[in-house]
Amino acid sequence: MRVNFTVNGRPQEADDVWEGESLLYVLRERMGLPGSKNACEQGECGSCTVRLDGVPVCSCLVAAGQVEGREVVTVEGLAEFAKDRAEHAGCAAGTCGTSLDAAKRWEAKPGQDSQTGEGVELSPIQQAFIDAGAVQCGFCTPGLLVAADEMLERNPSPTDADIREALSGNLCRCTGYEKILDAVRLAAARQERQGEAV
Amino acid sequence: MDFLRPASWEEALAAKAEHPTAVPIAGGTDIMVEINFDHRRPEYLLDLNRIELLREWEVGEENVRLGASVPYTQIMENLRTELPGLALASHTVASPQIRNRGGVGGNLGTASPAGDAHPALLAAGAEVEVESVRGSRFIPIDEFYTGVKRNALQPDELIKTVHVKKADGPQQYSKVGTRNAMVIAVCAFGLALHPETRTVRTGIGSAAPTPIRAKEAEAFLNAALEEGGFWDNGKIITPSIAKQFADLCSGAANPIDDVRGTAKYRRHAVGIMARRQLGWTWEQYRGSGRTLEGAA
Repeated sequence: MRVNFTVNGRPQEADDVWEGESLLYVLRERMGLPGSKNACEQGECGSCTVRLDGVPVCSCLVAAGQVEGREVVTVEGLAEFAKDRAEHAGCAAGTCGTSLDAAKRWEAKPGQDSQTGEGVELSPIQQAFIDAGAVQCGFCTPGLLVAADEMLERNPSPTDADIREALSGNLCRCTGYEKILDAVRLAAARQERQGEAV
Repeated sequence: MDFLRPASWEEALAAKAEHPTAVPIAGGTDIMVEINFDHRRPEYLLDLNRIELLREWEVGEENVRLGASVPYTQIMENLRTELPGLALASHTVASPQIRNRGGVGGNLGTASPAGDAHPALLAAGAEVEVESVRGSRFIPIDEFYTGVKRNALQPDELIKTVHVKKADGPQQYSKVGTRNAMVIAVCAFGLALHPETRTVRTGIGSAAPTPIRAKEAEAFLNAALEEGGFWDNGKIITPSIAKQFADLCSGAANPIDDVRGTAKYRRHAVGIMARRQLGWTWEQYRGSGRTLEGAA
């Protein structure tokens, strides 16, 4: 079957989709967007977290056919999504967003420093993860970024309990979570400072 | 496999009548796991995401009419006062990502003894409105669970609305697991005080082939509270009554040993939860400052 939906602000079409296929599979294997990770395939680990009509969900548990006509934001579009949100309080009429090509090409390029994030277009939460050293093997990172970004959008001044709750569906086996909590606190603090400056 | 995408409730009923083997998919948090792991290959998937009425709820005089697909997140955030037990139960479901997708209709459809909503529904009192092209009917929650992962639905029926009694007194819910998130209940317990009828109701999860009420325990406590005039005098319930109630709840359980826990442990834990929840809800009833919104 064919599925039409919006990915990172741009309309996309996936063809020859099997009826039992997950949104995660469509994103990774049909659209070439491997940012959302495939780990447990049962909603336990959160590494496939994307926004579906703004709401964080496990893309492995959404049937591809269910996203027809709906909007998905993946980690590849997170920087642009966060920028649009900061600048225009959201995206109007599909003029912004990330093209599929740009999303596929997303990588740290020469002249950019993936260690510090310098020269790379990043969302504040991504920058905070780098600055706080919250990334080790990196496999859980995309899901955590999408979940954390959504929490900061909803709740700009989260308590530690709020952060723990918001990230309770994302497993990390490397960091012990402390640096991840640091990163989210850092992003929240920066967001607050920015709010005061405006 | 075929993917059916009805745009309206009527179309969904027609599709289910034409293809009784079609498996409804709403949040997908149960069925997609089975498909991903190749445990199940349904002939038809019946997507219910486009049907607006399943995501709506309405607070009436006596009941809350809860659409089958209202996500747990919405129940937690919007129905804490009307359905405190179910709101607490919803908060224990998996993780934010799962609570954003899953709803009570799916819990009832799957009818797992470990489903988090069941003890809260049993304790509050509820009716499940199911419909087919033949018409609609209301199934009392006590008659809904018919076996392990079996329910009273006919093959052509879909779950439309869950009519849950609005709380007329304190309610509690707790669940035993290894952490707060992403846990299938080792066992769970829900308790609702109904001061209007001077009764209590219970719900036990994951400790019998189906979710059950501890009816003997309820009858004992109803009689003991009446006899001691507790509803009127608001006195602290005596420890011997609480213990007897807990023991009877424990005795109502009919658990098995499995990877999550032993039968012995489950029986024990059900009793502990029953005793604690009786204490918590009774303190709330006596008006010692705890709100109806609960905070297990």
